[in-house]
Amino acid sequence: MSGMTASHDAARADGAMAQKAKVIQPAWVRVVHWINAVAMIMMIMSGWQIYNASPIFSFTFPTTITLGGWLGGALLWHFAAMWLLVINGLVYVIAGLVTGRFRRKLLPISPAGVIDDTRAALTGKLSHDDLSTYNNVQKLLYIGVILAGVVVVLSGLSMWKPVQFQELTAVFGGYDNARVVHFFAMAAIVGFLVIHVVLAVLVPKSLRAMIIGR
Amino acid sequence: MGRTSKIIPGVDQTLLVKDAALLLPDPARRRFLAGGASLGALTLLTGCDVVDSFSAEDVLKKISKFNDAVQARIFDPNKLAPTYSESMIKRPFPFNAYYTLDEAPDVKASEYKLELTGMIANKKPWTLDELYKLPQDKQITRHICVEGWSAIGSWSGPKLGDFLKTIGADTSAKYVRFICAEGYTTCLDMPTCFHPQTQMSFRFDDQILPRAYGYPMKVRVPTRLGFKNPKYVVGMEVTNEYKGGYWEDYGYNDYSGL
Ligand code: HEM
Repeated sequence: MSGMTASHDAARADGAMAQKAKVIQPAWVRVVHWINAVAMIMMIMSGWQIYNASPIFSFTFPTTITLGGWLGGALLWHFAAMWLLVINGLVYVIAGLVTGRFRRKLLPISPAGVIDDTRAALTGKLSHDDLSTYNNVQKLLYIGVILAGVVVVLSGLSMWKPVQFQELTAVFGGYDNARVVHFFAMAAIVGFLVIHVVLAVLVPKSLRAMIIGR
Repeated sequence: MGRTSKIIPGVDQTLLVKDAALLLPDPARRRFLAGGASLGALTLLTGCDVVDSFSAEDVLKKISKFNDAVQARIFDPNKLAPTYSESMIKRPFPFNAYYTLDEAPDVKASEYKLELTGMIANKKPWTLDELYKLPQDKQITRHICVEGWSAIGSWSGPKLGDFLKTIGADTSAKYVRFICAEGYTTCLDMPTCFHPQTQMSFRFDDQILPRAYGYPMKVRVPTRLGFKNPKYVVGMEVTNEYKGGYWEDYGYNDYSGL
């Protein structure tokens, strides 16, 4: 009886080890990732409503895909969700640097690698057997969107406080230019999001790993 | 994406009379956050219809109050708004209000008196002639609207802080509230009133302030969004009580600092 328990325990411990080894996305990455997804979507949808109050280009966003109902409501959403986005984003960037995740997962990356992996992806030859390492296309997209996130936050800050943080506003070429930079950073993130979601759906086990870790 | 609409900055060959009604919350809607966000995605992400619940609005308002405190902290009373050269002034400067230009207040100089109320030692009303005799500063600064457009203009007039001292305002009070001819109101906190660029403007681009820009007096605050820069000002009240304002009551952030 006791022997059985012991072997049972050993088996369980083995199982836990095997499970641990199989973890593709650690819990902190999953939590931060989904908080970011919610915050980004709130920022983007409320941002479109704010844009509509004084469009930079000759189009506006249909109000059915915006958040806030009108300019004042959208501003409340935007300046509330910004805290979620920025605090969560800082956690991600700091943890990514401190744990070495960025170095391990996003590097090395090379132009040749990106070209090879793009070709492989388009001809259906890209392997998805090992989800714990990112291919060069993934690395490029993730590095790109992290940078776009930094630009969107800094340009946003420069428009929010063009007097108090006027040095930052000047970096973006003044208030009106900062609006344009902010817009294109948003567009880059939306472009990423579309590709990203399509790829996640095409490789459902990657989505599973981002939800339950394995 | 979506329908085309006029681009606000740029088409300023004539005075820009914007359809501000478009920007107002739908009167048919009782709560200003409802509508326009009934997107399934949000409902899915949160597991409940956040947008229609009262608590979402309450939370947003609390965060807006928190943002007021953050902005008051960020505000540096000595940091000046950038200034520009004469050639960068936008001419004609946009007219922007929730009414059209012919509906704008038409204040008569002879009848005008700046009424002073609240925590002020000398509440004697001021005539335009008396106000024009105060020492005047000139600034060329960027006016930034909550809607996102901006335009550089030139305003002249006495410093609000100096005037508050002259009339014996209790400068330990929290707010100065501005009352305008058409019933518009807004509030500024005392540190902002004493910012060196916060001005009682009587001139725009070296001309007596035209009706479109707030004749006879505008309070120019380059450290705050445009709606915190009241036009057609006929009264000032020094108070410790926060009384909101026209747009603030609709939900615009109270501080709206730049
Ligand atoms: C809401 C829809 C979203 C879905 C379904 C989704 C799905 C996923 C999945 C499945 C992964 C792991 C993919 C892999 O193994 O390569 C992932 C990673 C990632 N996603 Fe998303 N995502 C979404 C939104 C976003 C948004 C809005 C952003 C940023 C703007 C974003 C940024 C990232 C980044 C940077 C990674 C890499 C994380 C790391 O390894 O540290 N995602 N996402």
